[in-house]
Amino acid sequence: MNTVPRDPAALPRLLLTLLALALLWPGLSLSELDLTALFRPDNASVMGGFLAGFWPPAHDASFLQLLWQATLETLAIATAGMCLALLIAMPCALLASRALSLSALPRGGRPAWWAQALRWPVRGLLIVLRSVPEIVWALLFVRAVGLGPTAGVLAIAITYSGMLGKVYAEIFESVDPRPTRALLGAGSGRLAAFAYGVLPNAASEMLSYTVYRWECAVRASVVMGFVGAGGLGQQIDLSLRMFAGGEVASMLLTFLVLVLLADRLSRLLRERYT
Amino acid sequence: MTRLVNGLLLAALLLAVVWSFRFLDLEFANLASADGLSQMAEYARGFLSPDFSPAHLAAIGRGALETLAMSALGTLLAALLGLALALPASGRYGALALHASRLVLNALRAIPELVWAALMVLAAGLGPNAGTLALALHTAGVLGRLFAEALENTPSEPADAVRLAGGGRVAAFCYGTLPGVWPQLVAYSLYRWENNIRMASVLGFVGAGGLGQMLYISLSLFQEAQAATLILAMLLLVLGVDALSGWVRQRWVSQ
Repeated sequence: MNTVPRDPAALPRLLLTLLALALLWPGLSLSELDLTALFRPDNASVMGGFLAGFWPPAHDASFLQLLWQATLETLAIATAGMCLALLIAMPCALLASRALSLSALPRGGRPAWWAQALRWPVRGLLIVLRSVPEIVWALLFVRAVGLGPTAGVLAIAITYSGMLGKVYAEIFESVDPRPTRALLGAGSGRLAAFAYGVLPNAASEMLSYTVYRWECAVRASVVMGFVGAGGLGQQIDLSLRMFAGGEVASMLLTFLVLVLLADRLSRLLRERYT
Repeated sequence: MTRLVNGLLLAALLLAVVWSFRFLDLEFANLASADGLSQMAEYARGFLSPDFSPAHLAAIGRGALETLAMSALGTLLAALLGLALALPASGRYGALALHASRLVLNALRAIPELVWAALMVLAAGLGPNAGTLALALHTAGVLGRLFAEALENTPSEPADAVRLAGGGRVAAFCYGTLPGVWPQLVAYSLYRWENNIRMASVLGFVGAGGLGQMLYISLSLFQEAQAATLILAMLLLVLGVDALSGWVRQRWVSQ
């Protein structure tokens, strides 16, 4: 009598593990994964010297002045970028949303096929705008308009208008359609129907999403600095290249505090207005 | 009173927007001038004829495979490191270990992947190795926290039963705790893998391999045709991963 209970799922598990290993094995050579590279003497000594410089973080007056300017620039890039993104996103969302469709009125909310087909170009544009990562846009704009915050603002405006446009269009469609239908049926214009039928119901959700996106934009504008789009990221990149550990340490700390404050501010705004 | 405060906040927001534009001193006037626009159009025209030569496509295919490998191995390493940190962070080894490991997890998570990649390029040299390590470090912070929460929320009775029946701690963990949390751990890791594929394609901008490094190099050499193909490839990769994960979720998760 066999008294030792055997794991009934052992064979499938073994086979799955072997399959995963067989798929990952070529990946090991492709990704050149080599943990020992971290501990090779030359790398370790460079990195050790760099990390030793982290304490104390740089804090002389001229550096703090620079840090303050860079932080303000990061915040300004995020805010200005979001403002431009809103300007692009609102018309696109109005064009892409089914909420204001006239042909949908007698059909119970389903627009005619040609009306849907006319919406597709705008939807496609929004997909392309948001599917290319913001840092790729930043890199492209840095080559087009030069180093500095302009590239960062344009990159945020483009990527975030794609995201905001899609989400706004969905919010318009998700609110109660009856006020809009009543207004459109009574002969009001589409913009008036939007302003009095959709907006009052959709405003708080739109605001909450916009504020959340602003918080993401602050983080993104730091990251985009690494390709030369201004702000805190560009300063971190410069200090990294000069192996100035103390400066990198205080800038990373500033970044952490900035993200924390943006998070608090966005939570405050969302609680107040929603 | 609340109306007044709300109004003041709104005014402050508007002021902040106006101040941002003034502070940045954006050169939109220059950009919108006839000269600036024609330069932009000239630059954009270079992207309109993507390079589809077989040699370039083969290089892109290799870059895409490298990106996938970076993200897969980075996520696997992150899951291992995250689990190792999640065990103390779920309070199994006392309060000191709990706070220390939570601090490490927060620090790993708070620094973005791209900053880790820049640091890892210094520490381990240029190439996909640095990207894999950067993804592993950031994702370990994210996954570690999620794993710790999953471990805390799982019922402890099965593990207690194994312990009471005379099993060791390892056996209690493997046969009592792990089966309950395993599906969650796998779901979190796959979700982060999806994010990491997207991230791995841009980490190359700081020299950490993959498609991003090819794009950075071809833009630096003003090869707009090659860059256009690379951007198309990135777009396809992102859309493909989105579609695949949406399909997988509908097929296997939302039942």
